[in-house]
Amino acid sequence: MPLKKMLLSASLLGLFAVLGTALVAFTYESTHERIAQNERNTLLRSLHALIPPERHDNDPVTDSIAVTDTALLGSPLPQQVYRARKDGEPVALALTAVAPDGYSGDIGLLIAINHDGSLAGVRVTAHRETPGLGDKVDVARTDWVHAFAGRSLSNPLPDKWKVKKDGGVFDQFTGATVTPRAVVKAVRNALDYYQQHRDTLFDGGRSGAAQEVPHG
Amino acid sequence: MADKTLRQIAGDGLWHNNVAFVQILGLCPLLAVTSSVVNGLGLGLATLLTLVLSNVTVSAIRNLIRPDIRIPVFVMLIASIVTAIELAMHAWFHELHGILGIFIPLIVTNCSILGRAEAFASKNNIGRSFVDGLTMGLGFAAALVLLGAMRELLGAGTLFDQAHLMFGEAARAFRLTVFEDYKGFLLAILPPGAFIGLGLLIALKNVIDQRRAAAPQPAPAAAELAAE
Repeated sequence: MPLKKMLLSASLLGLFAVLGTALVAFTYESTHERIAQNERNTLLRSLHALIPPERHDNDPVTDSIAVTDTALLGSPLPQQVYRARKDGEPVALALTAVAPDGYSGDIGLLIAINHDGSLAGVRVTAHRETPGLGDKVDVARTDWVHAFAGRSLSNPLPDKWKVKKDGGVFDQFTGATVTPRAVVKAVRNALDYYQQHRDTLFDGGRSGAAQEVPHG
Repeated sequence: MADKTLRQIAGDGLWHNNVAFVQILGLCPLLAVTSSVVNGLGLGLATLLTLVLSNVTVSAIRNLIRPDIRIPVFVMLIASIVTAIELAMHAWFHELHGILGIFIPLIVTNCSILGRAEAFASKNNIGRSFVDGLTMGLGFAAALVLLGAMRELLGAGTLFDQAHLMFGEAARAFRLTVFEDYKGFLLAILPPGAFIGLGLLIALKNVIDQRRAAAPQPAPAAAELAAE
């Protein structure tokens, strides 16, 4: 009886689909809080590496807004801005940005800027640069990114915001100029963006109205 | 096939029919992840767990499913198991998940898992399927660790770098700097190093097999020679 056979097969298949979904749903239920907590902690740790916890008394993870600027922030996608405040006064912010012209595609950056427009620090958060050459921009490899701390649009002057090979002040690496060049340019663009939008960047989106952190 | 002893099943999984060196399956994660021992071990353990769970489940339901729908059922089971493992890993080994993240879902596409479900677990009882999954998984994990060790040693001059991602802060001390002041050998870390390394390991296994076969031993060795 082919019809009966077919129905039996179909219901067996359906049964296993339900079982599989149940397994995944159960695992998700029992892990998603922990995963969200992990992601939050990781983000907070990278923020605190740039803006130490004693400099602010708010929660920058929730006090965040999303902004989009394809030209200056390097991506057509919204980027997050995490604001740090003390006693309600703006202290610094950390924004995500993309250096779109890395040697192997996009380089993800977290750029912390003090309220006065000087850099609190820069970290490379995601990259696919060549191991041993371009990956020296990663703080786990060398301390090259520390050269940005304290810099601003007037230090050095705009035409010196380049790697040394291009007549600027920032070191490049032997055998890898493209990566540091891309990072220097992206940081400079982010500073430009900050200068243009400084007054609005610390406004709005407060008191838990923060947007979702986009998941890669 | 059904009259193999457990010892034979284990021997097949670990050596004679090793997933990576003989069946040459699961190459995508094998080649992509093995730039260090810790990465190899992480993916190896995740694959091992998947293989054991999928083999046992498939074996448990082998009399329930009809032949015409067995493949979709296996695929669904394996996909659910892998997703559950990925979520668990994300929750408990968050940083390692950051490194291996995109390769864990790819375990679904590792043909050795569906292969063992179809070729072994669907025809054998739970105990035997468990042993098969365990030894096949261990054989694959050993290959990942070996290749990872080779590439990390040649490429960076260290072993067990970043072990703390898996075993906690205390494991930072596991890191062995084998060559002081080593400049690194980039090729070993890049994808070509994975292909070359795997080729060398397969060659090494074949040499060992030939030596064993050639050694003057009683009947079994002679039989193997004749088979070649």
